[in-house]
Amino acid sequence: MTRYESLIDALGNTPLVGLPHLSPRWDGDKPVRLWAKLEDRNPTGSIKDRAALAMIRAAEADGRLTPGCTILEPTSGNTGISLAMAAKLAGYGLVCVMPENTSVERRQLLEMFGARIISSPAAGGSNQAVATAKELAAQYPDWVMLYQYGNPANAQAHYEGTGPEILRDLPEITHFVAGLGTTGTLMGTGRYLRENVPNIQIIAAEPRYGELVYGLRNIDEGFVPELYDDSVLTSRFSVTSYDALRRTRDLIEHEGIFAGISSGAILHAALSIADRVAARDERADVVFVVADGGWKYLSTGAYSGSLQEAAEKLEGQLWA
Amino acid sequence: MAIEVKIPTILRTYTNGEKAVEGKGDTLAALIDDLDANHPGLKGRLITDDGSLHRFVNVYVNDEDVRFTGSLDTALKDGDAVTVLPAVAGG
Repeated sequence: MTRYESLIDALGNTPLVGLPHLSPRWDGDKPVRLWAKLEDRNPTGSIKDRAALAMIRAAEADGRLTPGCTILEPTSGNTGISLAMAAKLAGYGLVCVMPENTSVERRQLLEMFGARIISSPAAGGSNQAVATAKELAAQYPDWVMLYQYGNPANAQAHYEGTGPEILRDLPEITHFVAGLGTTGTLMGTGRYLRENVPNIQIIAAEPRYGELVYGLRNIDEGFVPELYDDSVLTSRFSVTSYDALRRTRDLIEHEGIFAGISSGAILHAALSIADRVAARDERADVVFVVADGGWKYLSTGAYSGSLQEAAEKLEGQLWA
Repeated sequence: MAIEVKIPTILRTYTNGEKAVEGKGDTLAALIDDLDANHPGLKGRLITDDGSLHRFVNVYVNDEDVRFTGSLDTALKDGDAVTVLPAVAGG
């Protein structure tokens, strides 16, 4: 059944598609296959719809969020866009604190959905957005900060949604690979899969940005999301803009998938693991997340010119 | 045995502003001791008093987080690339 009462009801149940060309071994008795979970097929086009709707529902259920309320959230984009759509439909206001070095498309989408954007300085990246949002929360106590980095509903959305969907579609799964931002996708999906699949490997891919983004004044200003529990993971990769772009283009070139840049980073980590398994002559079914489509990044130059040029243009941008 | 270590902006006061320095050691712990001999004080910013990696410091060997490969016991070989980064928010 693909008929829904409203857009929000169409959340989740995204397709899982094989990558016959990029997988190390698609056929044979010891296949090493890659599968993409196409989360761009959600209502606003990203995996963040799951967390955003779950956080809103949880806040409504416990009475924190009531009609006419204003929601406040630090976000580099996708969570804000998901919240903005849901807030518009439910009649909430939304204030997003967003680093100024995020793509113009994300800002335009947020404004179109009626969100108010407060920019935080590029230096310090999302750390600074989180700090600014916390200050605003203290200043405006009637605003409701859902706080994706520490809200259990974020991870729970994946424990109840993403994880069961993947296992239903691919019971033979051996590895799950996703991006590490708020850590919600990896914590929720990872916990569900660990409980249900013996020896499952849970792999994180995190973006490695230009130096500007790491411009803290002091190491003690570092940030680890409250949701993060490293016992859920089996490995964690840091992926450069160059490698992320290269894999994003591979997805288009070989599989016809037009994905966002963070999905290229996730594929890069998935291939690192898949190549190791193939070298050991073992089998694997590796699921990786396509977190969003490429549309919101066209203005960054990621999809045109040489890889080196495109990587240089991304320097200093937040692309995940 | 030479291993290139990339240093984040925030720790370059220990390396005379150098973005990358060379060190040696067959484990990460040995490498950090070697680095500290040439760049005194660096070890104290990476490792806490109880001997574990600082919570807000991430170290990667060939792009893989050492917390999942043996932490300070992670084995190193000639030509490995080590990257040190502060933990920052994503999402």
